[in-house]
Amino acid sequence: MMILETERLAITFGGVRAIDGVSISIAAGQVFSIIGPNGSGKTTLFNLVSGIYRPNDGSIRLAGETVTGLAPDQLARRGLSRTFQNLQIFSRMTVLENVMVGRHRHERTGVLADLLHWPTVARQNRATREAALAALGRVSLADAADRPAGSLAYGALKRLEIARALASEPKVLLLDEPAAGCNPIETQDIDHVIRSIVQGGITVVLVEHDMRLVMNISDRVHVLASGRTLTEGTPQEVRSNPAVIEAYLGVHGSQEAGRAFD
Amino acid sequence: MAELLQFVFSGLTVGAIYALVALGFTLIYKASDIINFAQGEFVMLGGMMTVFGAQAGLPLPVAALIAVILTTAVGLALHRFAVAPARGATPVALIMITIGASIFLRGVAQIVFDKRFHSLPSLFGGDPIKFGGAAILPQSLVVLASATIIVVVLWLFIDRTMLGKAVIATAANRLAARLIGVNTRSIVDFSFAVSAAIGAIAGILITPIALTSYDAGTLLALKGFAAAMLGGIGSAPGAVVGGLIIGMIEAMSAGYFSSNYKDAVAFLIILVVLIFIPQGLFGRAKVERV
Amino acid sequence: MRTLLATRLLPAIAVAAIVIVLPWFFPSAFYYRIGALVFIFALAVVGLNLLMGFAGQVSLGHAGFLGIGAYSVAIGPTYFGVPSWLSLFAGAVLSGIVAFLVGRPILRLKGHYLAVATLGFGLLVAIVLSNEAGWTGGPDGMTVPKLTLFGWGVRGADAWYWISGTTFVGGFILALNLMESPTGRSLQAIHDSEIAALVLGIDVATKKLTIFIISAMYASVAGSYLALFNGHVTPDVAGFLRSIELVAMVVLGGMGSIVGSLVGAIVLVVLPQVLTVFHEYEQALLGLIVMVFMIFLRRGIVPSVAAILKGWRK
Repeated sequence: MMILETERLAITFGGVRAIDGVSISIAAGQVFSIIGPNGSGKTTLFNLVSGIYRPNDGSIRLAGETVTGLAPDQLARRGLSRTFQNLQIFSRMTVLENVMVGRHRHERTGVLADLLHWPTVARQNRATREAALAALGRVSLADAADRPAGSLAYGALKRLEIARALASEPKVLLLDEPAAGCNPIETQDIDHVIRSIVQGGITVVLVEHDMRLVMNISDRVHVLASGRTLTEGTPQEVRSNPAVIEAYLGVHGSQEAGRAFD
Repeated sequence: MAELLQFVFSGLTVGAIYALVALGFTLIYKASDIINFAQGEFVMLGGMMTVFGAQAGLPLPVAALIAVILTTAVGLALHRFAVAPARGATPVALIMITIGASIFLRGVAQIVFDKRFHSLPSLFGGDPIKFGGAAILPQSLVVLASATIIVVVLWLFIDRTMLGKAVIATAANRLAARLIGVNTRSIVDFSFAVSAAIGAIAGILITPIALTSYDAGTLLALKGFAAAMLGGIGSAPGAVVGGLIIGMIEAMSAGYFSSNYKDAVAFLIILVVLIFIPQGLFGRAKVERV
Repeated sequence: MRTLLATRLLPAIAVAAIVIVLPWFFPSAFYYRIGALVFIFALAVVGLNLLMGFAGQVSLGHAGFLGIGAYSVAIGPTYFGVPSWLSLFAGAVLSGIVAFLVGRPILRLKGHYLAVATLGFGLLVAIVLSNEAGWTGGPDGMTVPKLTLFGWGVRGADAWYWISGTTFVGGFILALNLMESPTGRSLQAIHDSEIAALVLGIDVATKKLTIFIISAMYASVAGSYLALFNGHVTPDVAGFLRSIELVAMVVLGGMGSIVGSLVGAIVLVVLPQVLTVFHEYEQALLGLIVMVFMIFLRRGIVPSVAAILKGWRK
């Protein structure tokens, strides 16, 4: 079953076609990576699919339902979640509270009940807390639960965002450069986390620059260049595709790279 | 027809003052991203200081000159002591600081001067000139002419001098400006000083027509701000156009509908602009990048 | 379980204790009046703090809702024969409705745009109150009939001390409840990162509107109490200076600190009393206080003290 599809998606910013007719189909339960040189439109594509930008053209389907133009919170309610390349942590809250916010979709109390602190609210708080702790456990951050979120190391913050997104129990999780700025150990941790997420039945869509992570973990890789699809295939197919090498390194660079293996 | 002409002229006159206040806002906003709510107080100080200077025995031109100089000093002090120390605060915090400064200046004016209305003699006498059935005060013409001169001088300065370019650079990208050697702190100092001077001159010009008092600044600031928003905050021509439009609409609604609600015009315009065209007439909408 | 309850409500219990114990220290009956005023304003400030400190929005026109509440208990009994307590309730509902209508379009705005939009709103309310003399008595205001409860006329500063003190503690508890709830977490999230909140399924627009309405109703009740207590109301109650005073109380006490709301209210209500002869200096001092706090002590009194205490404990 195709859990996430785009068809000829396009968006223009002030005359520049940032995404120009991109169509992708992602099967449920996969790890699907989107790669491409800087400026190829990867994060723009993510922003389109997660509802932060509205496309000028094309359509998006989530689990078969057309969701083009829906706002991020509407998409979240349909099972789409994401993390952010530049981290959008709730810095004033603790680590645990950050993840508790991730449970929002599953919380059932209304404003009036909250104001009056009906018994349902205490029960809800407890349930949310437990689920949040479980999510923290999955990214090995459970013992940092009561620390202020701002005090965590960079790599830990990336895992915190993943835990928070996981807490919403999405069908599809978009990870925006989860390994950016991480050292090799932290990247290994991210690798393990992604594997365990997929084992749990969640489809993971990855935008990433770290090629080793991408090649190790992906089922399929989609290459973007200048807002358009260059190619798509298995990691092996993409890795040895000369057009891909050329897109990253340029004509001259790819010639040099070719010579490096002589 | 004569009535319309009358309203047009009074609208343009008061609009010219709003335009000058709006220009002051815009200058400071361009150089530092700050909305300076004390802008109206500069206008008030210009008028009040001249009044009390003249009462103290100084010849009127001397009193006016001293008022402009002192107000300019107040503008500089505002930046140096209130705004600059708070660099890096949220926009709302900075607005609160300038609001605090505005209330402080009002409070001090209340103590140093008094709570009454004051006037100044008109430059060319008080006899209205007849024009097409309407009566126009000579002072109105003075206001309009002076405002035009100030706008033109400012425009020439920004466009033709190195200092002007430096202001534009600071407005566009503070860090980049510093990297090419612009002393951005001095530029912001300068923008506060010039805004204060413009405000003071506006205050001196309008007092013969609209009187002044210790709390005249607040309403002026709000209307000037409405004008700047209408024109598009950060756009100098927008500030001028916005000021004239608000002045005209105010005069028309006072004349044709109700003079009680004339002050509400500017606030209604603020709300309408912010809700429907937040970037104003000449501004550019910003795209937020995630 | 019971200890959990106690810790959550501890600040409220402490404040309730203060309310009860304080009158023992009053040198004269006059102090009931100050206490009543403090609790009335503190109530409005709690609401504004929820909006500004907790949810990260801004309202520079909040006195507009004070005005709606105040004039409701003046106009209701005078022109419609509606008893004061019902007029108070109607005023709160009216404030909620106005907050809904005004908040819908303007809460999309952020930063200084939102600040100025709320400023414009507050000023419009003040102008309408000042102009519609037929209903409001114009710039000189109108008399407010005294509150009668169960046939007994509520008179005297001491009665109002207990009424406003109790209401304040009630409002305090509601605020504490809100903060430790799913809605509270959503609001805090919106404050820190709207986009992350959206992506987690939070309906940001509705939540902002909700807290705006709640804070408007807090202010409305406070305004009604103010009018009933004073027996008289003028358009100044909704004016620009009033709105800035409310924000100053939030900032002084500490943005996001509900206890700070009380502290901020105490400072700015007591200030004019302390000045007495020098009451001319009130405006200048208010301006100075706002400036000094926003430049140097942006966190406010209570969080700063808490940080110092935490430092000592280490």
